[in-house]
Amino acid sequence: MDFVSNFATHYNYWLVIVLMMTGFYLVISRPNMVKQLIGLSLFQASVFILYISFAYVADGTAPILAEGQEIYANPLPHVLILTAIVVGIATTAVGLALVVRIHRAFGTIEENEIQDMGRHS
Amino acid sequence: MIDVLDYVMLFFLAATAIGIVRLRGLIAVVMLSGIYSLLAASLFVILDAPDVALTEAAVGVGAATVLMLGTVALTTREEKPVRFRPLPLVVVVVTGIVLIYGTLSLPPFGAADVPARLHVSPLYLAEGYEQTGVPNIVTAVLASYRGFDTLGEVVVIMAAGVGVIALLAGRRSGQGEKGE
Repeated sequence: MDFVSNFATHYNYWLVIVLMMTGFYLVISRPNMVKQLIGLSLFQASVFILYISFAYVADGTAPILAEGQEIYANPLPHVLILTAIVVGIATTAVGLALVVRIHRAFGTIEENEIQDMGRHS
Repeated sequence: MIDVLDYVMLFFLAATAIGIVRLRGLIAVVMLSGIYSLLAASLFVILDAPDVALTEAAVGVGAATVLMLGTVALTTREEKPVRFRPLPLVVVVVTGIVLIYGTLSLPPFGAADVPARLHVSPLYLAEGYEQTGVPNIVTAVLASYRGFDTLGEVVVIMAAGVGVIALLAGRRSGQGEKGE
């Protein structure tokens, strides 16, 4: 495999994927719903970092026009991620409201305990 | 220089993420997730995306942390211990390897002549100032070229607000009715 020779040029993507998978692990391994939502937001933030990495250009600057500057970072991913951050907090807010509602109804936010309730009654 | 900063930030992010996985006190976990967002915002500054960094700092560090703390205060402060099961770890490792394999066909980090830079973004950079009068191209695209996207974003926020109100303002019923 040519993994080793690619490390110098792709390390950023790989480390971001490690972060992403940490969030994914929280989502699928923990029954606690707050922890799952935090895992989801970790995953989300890592995807943002991946997109911003795509936009980055070596020796460039931020896409704010200035005299004597030729190379700028790609503005399009920045715009997409600005929108995604705001939409992300909206979905997180709805998820957290659902968690509060579930806690009111069942007295717990552990997924396995709620499933056990269904099984025993 | 940028490479070193990039490494350091990604290392801190990974350390924070591992802390989030291992800790069980939810308030500490929420605080760490705020720190994670702040580190991500710093990384955005390093990667030449100051607009995104400001938004992430305001939304990810501020609003998200407040909402999560509110949820923890309304529900429970401690995660119950879980038995370690190998299946999620296997799934995650396999997915990660597949994704890393996928990145091998991506252009190198920081390259200038990538396909993503050849279509509309050079147009925005070349003509954005003349057409909109805004030197910050991200703002020009967000508010002018893609103004309808931003309108849609506001609609999503409103829908989420309505959803949260509908979920939380309803009549309380059922067991386990504790606290406000």
